[in-house]
Amino acid sequence: MELLTNLGIGLSVALTPANLMYCLVGVFLGTLIGVLPGLGPTATISMLLPITFVLPPVSALIMLAGIYYGSQYGGSTTSILVNLPGEAASVVTTLDGYQMALQGRAGVALATAAIASFFAGTVSTMLLALFAPPLAEIALKFGPADYFSLMVLGLVASVVLAHGSLLHAIGMVVLGLLLGLIGSDVTSGGQRFTFGLPQLADGIGFVVVAMGMFGVSEIIRNLEAGQSRSGLVTEKITHLMPSREDWKRMIKPILRGTALGSALGILPGSGSILGSFAAYSLEKKISKYSHQFGKGAIEGVAAPEAANNAGAQTSFIPMLTLGIPSNPVMALMVGAMIIQGIQPGPSVITEQPALFWGIIVSMWIGNLFLVILNLPMIGLWVRIIMVPYQFLYPAILSFCAIGVFSLNNSEFDIFLMALFGLLGYVLSKLDCEPAPMLLAFILGPLMEEYLRRAMLLSRGDPMVFLRRPISATLLLIALLSLLLVFIPTFSKTREEAFVDEG
Amino acid sequence: MVASPIRSSKDFWTGTIYVTIGSGAILIALVEDYGIGTAVKMGPAYFPMLLSSLLILIGLISLVRSFITPGTAIGAFTVKGLLLVLVPIFLFGLLVRKTGLIVVLPMLVIVSSYASREFRWGPVLALAAGLTAFCALVFLKGLGVPLPILGSWLGD
Repeated sequence: MELLTNLGIGLSVALTPANLMYCLVGVFLGTLIGVLPGLGPTATISMLLPITFVLPPVSALIMLAGIYYGSQYGGSTTSILVNLPGEAASVVTTLDGYQMALQGRAGVALATAAIASFFAGTVSTMLLALFAPPLAEIALKFGPADYFSLMVLGLVASVVLAHGSLLHAIGMVVLGLLLGLIGSDVTSGGQRFTFGLPQLADGIGFVVVAMGMFGVSEIIRNLEAGQSRSGLVTEKITHLMPSREDWKRMIKPILRGTALGSALGILPGSGSILGSFAAYSLEKKISKYSHQFGKGAIEGVAAPEAANNAGAQTSFIPMLTLGIPSNPVMALMVGAMIIQGIQPGPSVITEQPALFWGIIVSMWIGNLFLVILNLPMIGLWVRIIMVPYQFLYPAILSFCAIGVFSLNNSEFDIFLMALFGLLGYVLSKLDCEPAPMLLAFILGPLMEEYLRRAMLLSRGDPMVFLRRPISATLLLIALLSLLLVFIPTFSKTREEAFVDEG
Repeated sequence: MVASPIRSSKDFWTGTIYVTIGSGAILIALVEDYGIGTAVKMGPAYFPMLLSSLLILIGLISLVRSFITPGTAIGAFTVKGLLLVLVPIFLFGLLVRKTGLIVVLPMLVIVSSYASREFRWGPVLALAAGLTAFCALVFLKGLGVPLPILGSWLGD
């Protein structure tokens, strides 16, 4: 019953004409940028984030959430039509989606992705509404030591999921934590690592880092690769509707994908990537059409797309209940909330019920918009995908330069963005992934704060992390997932899973 | 490079970067005397020192490994791409208030476009004009970003 009351509050917030419009605009803009090849949700959100600063908190977050799943769906469209995934989570969609497109079934593949995403979005939004409040209540029992261990777990998970050398990924996390400490020390108020620059007194903005490392350095890398895009399926897209046979084949994979994606999305550090890979491998194992996988099996589109979207929704759970971002996208969301004056954490549900339930309801509406908006507008998306890269990247650079300036109205942030672009490029040459670093960058000051408090409470005894049951359990999970990497079969699948990611 | 004892240059350079940054951070913390404090009452330097030491350790392991385990070579750096993208961004920041958007944005578009293999003057000039008009309308007029269209040098 309480759930219905809460959803009622949410509906009254989400259904105001203004918020409906921001949700629609968010979904539209997200898809618009997301379909551009090579631009994933992280880059899209950091580019569009400054636009939302002028909005009231609820509208800003509703729009950002819309941008998030819009860009994710846009990425699937690009995966299916041009075989260029915008981000790791849609890599698997290219395998069978692009094959379907080559066989003239692009329309059906796109519709399948939309249907799977919508179904998964609906179910996982319900899960979010059901499980977030009790989880937030548990979260209120979390002490500083438990929070610290939870963040350790999140960082370990991001390391395990990063591709390339484990050692370098851990190094990137430590480097990110260190960079996050630049600026004023919360406790003493003293300046740390600011090189006497007043612009660094408040620390480096996370959007600056994200735009530099995901936007600018990505462009330099693409320029070097020479961007071949011969693979575009240019024929007009017809036959959107899946046949009766298609429907029959996609139902179970969608259900399984939704379940897997929802469960794995909650894990800190994973988000939607793990779910889509797991769902694809599961279908490939148990499907009676497994011989068709990689050659245009509809299950190979339905399952990972469902998992992808389910994970995208449930990854909001740790963010909304604990205030801990589980991936770079959620880190951007946390940043946006802080800029709006909201401290993310378990108290958001009780103190800002309108905000919390408004966002949840708007997620479902956003998913509905995705289906309504995307299928009829597919012609527009195709035309956008066809914009040649040599016209695209100067535009992205212009938006990044103006956008990053608008954060603090400071030229200094533009210089910093260029610097992080350089750093991101060099590190990518050395096989060091930026995602764990960005997550650690956001968590750095939080971790220091909780470490300080935990040690103060325990009078300097580090054993407190092992004595508290919640903290000990979280650290144990972290240790186990780290050990997983050393098990030969797992590390082999880890390599395989990322092999297409070029 | 024939007789180089380094078997994995990626490990070598990553290790070097980690050790350099880690030692640099420790040095700054010591020179500027942030104060370590104790485990109970941590000073501003406590957590950074902990992290820097960890980073140095990881860097050292990577360095040692670079002499033992062979790895793939580092791909070529595109100096042209780096310069043509990063320098105009830098100039954009340096000059935007002085010349205004009307000069720096076309500069950014044209110079960065030059990094592409398909560079042709005609379309690039059109793109520069279109983007400048779009950004001036949407960001400056619409969203109120306080950047001048005509900067102080151009007498606005």
